[in-house]
Amino acid sequence: MNSLNFFNNLGYAWPETIITLFLAILVIYNLVYPQARRALGIISLLGIALALGFTIQQMWTQFPTDPSWLSGFTRMLIPDKIGIFFKVIILIATAYVVLFTEFSEELRGTFDRAGEYYALIFGMLLGMMFMISANNFILLYVSLELVSYSSYVLAGFMKTSERSSEASMKYIIYGGVASGIMLFGISLMFGMTGTFYYFDISRLLMMININSVLFLISGIMIFTGIGYKISSVPFHFWTPDVYEGAPTTITAYLSVASKAAGFAALIHLVRNCFVGAVATDGYWVMLSHFYWKELLVYLAILTMTVGNLTALWQDNLKRMLAYSSIAHAGYLLAAMSVLSNQGLIAMVVYFSVYLLMNLGAFFIVILIQNKTGSENIDDYNGLGTRMPFLGACLGIFLVSLTGLPPTAGFIGKLYLFLALVDAKMIILAIIALLNSVISLYYYIRVLRHMYLTKGNNESPITPSFGSVLIALSLAVPVLLFGIYFTPLIEWAKTVVLR
Amino acid sequence: MTDMSTLSTFLTHIGLGHFLFISGMLFSLGIYGVVTRKNAVMVLMGIELILNSANINFVAFARYGNYGFHGQLAALFVIILAAAESAIALAIVLNIYKTFNNVNVDEIDKLRE
Repeated sequence: MNSLNFFNNLGYAWPETIITLFLAILVIYNLVYPQARRALGIISLLGIALALGFTIQQMWTQFPTDPSWLSGFTRMLIPDKIGIFFKVIILIATAYVVLFTEFSEELRGTFDRAGEYYALIFGMLLGMMFMISANNFILLYVSLELVSYSSYVLAGFMKTSERSSEASMKYIIYGGVASGIMLFGISLMFGMTGTFYYFDISRLLMMININSVLFLISGIMIFTGIGYKISSVPFHFWTPDVYEGAPTTITAYLSVASKAAGFAALIHLVRNCFVGAVATDGYWVMLSHFYWKELLVYLAILTMTVGNLTALWQDNLKRMLAYSSIAHAGYLLAAMSVLSNQGLIAMVVYFSVYLLMNLGAFFIVILIQNKTGSENIDDYNGLGTRMPFLGACLGIFLVSLTGLPPTAGFIGKLYLFLALVDAKMIILAIIALLNSVISLYYYIRVLRHMYLTKGNNESPITPSFGSVLIALSLAVPVLLFGIYFTPLIEWAKTVVLR
Repeated sequence: MTDMSTLSTFLTHIGLGHFLFISGMLFSLGIYGVVTRKNAVMVLMGIELILNSANINFVAFARYGNYGFHGQLAALFVIILAAAESAIALAIVLNIYKTFNNVNVDEIDKLRE
């Protein structure tokens, strides 16, 4: 491959290149000016903004419809709009997490290591960008490990805190086993097909019949790695502990961005390896080698039920939001299990909404934690009158997470149920609906503690101007998309239907 | 008779099956180690076994399946990643030792509801 070709191909990976560049800049800047913490945040935001610009610009780039003609390293990347959508989601999430860091009191003790913090966030971001567009099992594995390694360290970033250290240890043990199993599955897949490329595998699957038991085993093993990233049920045990122990900014990041990357990897894996064709009504004609439909339906039911039922008796807000994020992974798996373009549209809508409401909920939890030093639900007593604005914002986010109108969460759930009913998966739709009803209890319980229970302390808490702006920038879209959702749906349609 | 000849080929000629058998054993032992060991370092060794079992698979499939060098390349990637992972994991375990004064995974349970 000559160098000119290399730079031509780089055009498909501008956002990733920029992130790599800014990762290097962050490390070098921190070496030269070890004291300048604020500047690191500004550099990070600049890098994210540039990468976001290039990612959105890719939306209008004409990509080759058949990726197999691409040469060089871009053969490993899938240039499609659904990937671009998920990249936009994680870039926005990263920008918000960098902003949240400015407000986090618990990270104050680690500010002398702020350079590492931002560099690790960028490492994670880079890994997620590649994971989203991976078209090759080795790239998928390497990028998944890049995400994981950075997040292990970030989860234990408060070195002196017992909870944080324990979270990182539990995370690395679960993560190491899950990715090891995934690697073993990849090696079996390689043994059967002789290639790592998704489209080569898909071409092979259309032609020959592969020993199906071994293929099933290797497929399930590969799903283990992705299932651990999206915290789907049999692989979810790390989620509550890590979410509770990690710094809250990182918890917010894990619950949105790394979940988005996992779902994008799953979508690309299924769509590029196992889909024979797309029917005119949008349903995917699956190759008969793997039972994706059954696997996804059962996992979706298990994931949302276990997540919601366990969340009922959590007294720690971060732990409760961890179980709630497991439940949301279940809803998203349900949308995925439709295996059609409608299901994908539902996923895109749901994820856009989930980004806003989950980040918002975690931001308010960070602000309350700064003032009360705890995430326990008993310390939320009477907070509604002490901080009316932030209380109202948390109310909006929690109502939206439940999926009640007039918030955006309702639109996400509505399109999910529409996709399920359209595919005649009525039972799954009913189970998802019952789960939403269950989830109402534990979300509203927080509001009851905030507004109806008297607290010991009555002194009002005034939020800083910056935190009000950030909370507004998340709460206003949640309300706006709940009422005026046509642009969201139109965007989802352009993303999915190319 | 055929059984005997299969057995004798199995014993005298090393083929793909032998490598898969070894890698399968290593994988199971790795999982067993992760599940049963109490010491965090031993758990991490179990994870290393899992990664290396996949490595044997990659190289064996590449050699016997005539898949070119893809398998060997994958194994190289995995070796590097395994080294990085154990570096991070040992750093985390060291930090656990500093905060808890032991590395027993059963006794580190501050995070409970």
